[in-house]
Amino acid sequence: MTTSPASRVLRRLPREKVFYFFTSIGNYTGEKAASLEEFAERIREVNVKSLEFHLYRGDFERWTDQTLEDGELAERIRSLKSLTPSGDSLRDQLFLIVSKRYEKLKGTSSAKPT
Amino acid sequence: MKIKGEAVVLDDLDLEILQALEENSKQTYTEIGRLLGVAHSTVYDRIRKMEKHGIIRKYTVILDLEKAGVKYITAIMTVFTDPKESENVAKRLSGLEQVLEVSTSLSEELLIIAKVVAEDQEKLHSFIAHSVAPLPGVLRIRTSIVTRKYKEECANSFFQSRGS
Repeated sequence: MTTSPASRVLRRLPREKVFYFFTSIGNYTGEKAASLEEFAERIREVNVKSLEFHLYRGDFERWTDQTLEDGELAERIRSLKSLTPSGDSLRDQLFLIVSKRYEKLKGTSSAKPT
Repeated sequence: MKIKGEAVVLDDLDLEILQALEENSKQTYTEIGRLLGVAHSTVYDRIRKMEKHGIIRKYTVILDLEKAGVKYITAIMTVFTDPKESENVAKRLSGLEQVLEVSTSLSEELLIIAKVVAEDQEKLHSFIAHSVAPLPGVLRIRTSIVTRKYKEECANSFFQSRGS
């Protein structure tokens, strides 16, 4: 696991690397995130069942680590999972972690995410 | 069998031959002829005509994969699409080997209904997440995993039983 430069983490992803939000096996909500910024936005809006589904499958930590290449964010999400949050508490905590990370990276990056 | 313009009209003997083939497509023309009380040459002639006109599209086998020890799951996937992209989505789905059937339906929204097969739930989810959700025009997806199948027939049987 490595922490990549901020500009890389903040980049916009191609269609095949986008995060698609599901509420259960095969049930796609229609919500997706093509960047860390969009990921934070979707966390506030998407059905909370989708957040629970992906958190406990390890999808969020896998995507942030392997696709966004932000090992530090992945580790924070993994720590959140160990606290077994659910419902709005999960939404609030996850949003806080992701939005803080986004603001920090945005502040340290000279890249302008689209 | 009669040809009326673009349409092909099947008579009772054609339908009886189809029913016999549907029950066992390995039967010989002689066996079917004996069963129906007609000459094997008549059966041959009727079958060739139905093949030529695409009434009989192909001969295949129905496998019992469970008995063959193959572990798999089947799911019915309903894909809600942007109407402008619906045909493209249906075509793209049709080209995927995990997808067995693709149909469109117009209810309140334009839907594509597809029958999908996968080795297990995780592979089904991965397939939908990586190959279906990213298709342009896909708005959302509902998937139901089949737990038990009570009946499986094709439409032929229904129309043959009505003698149409």
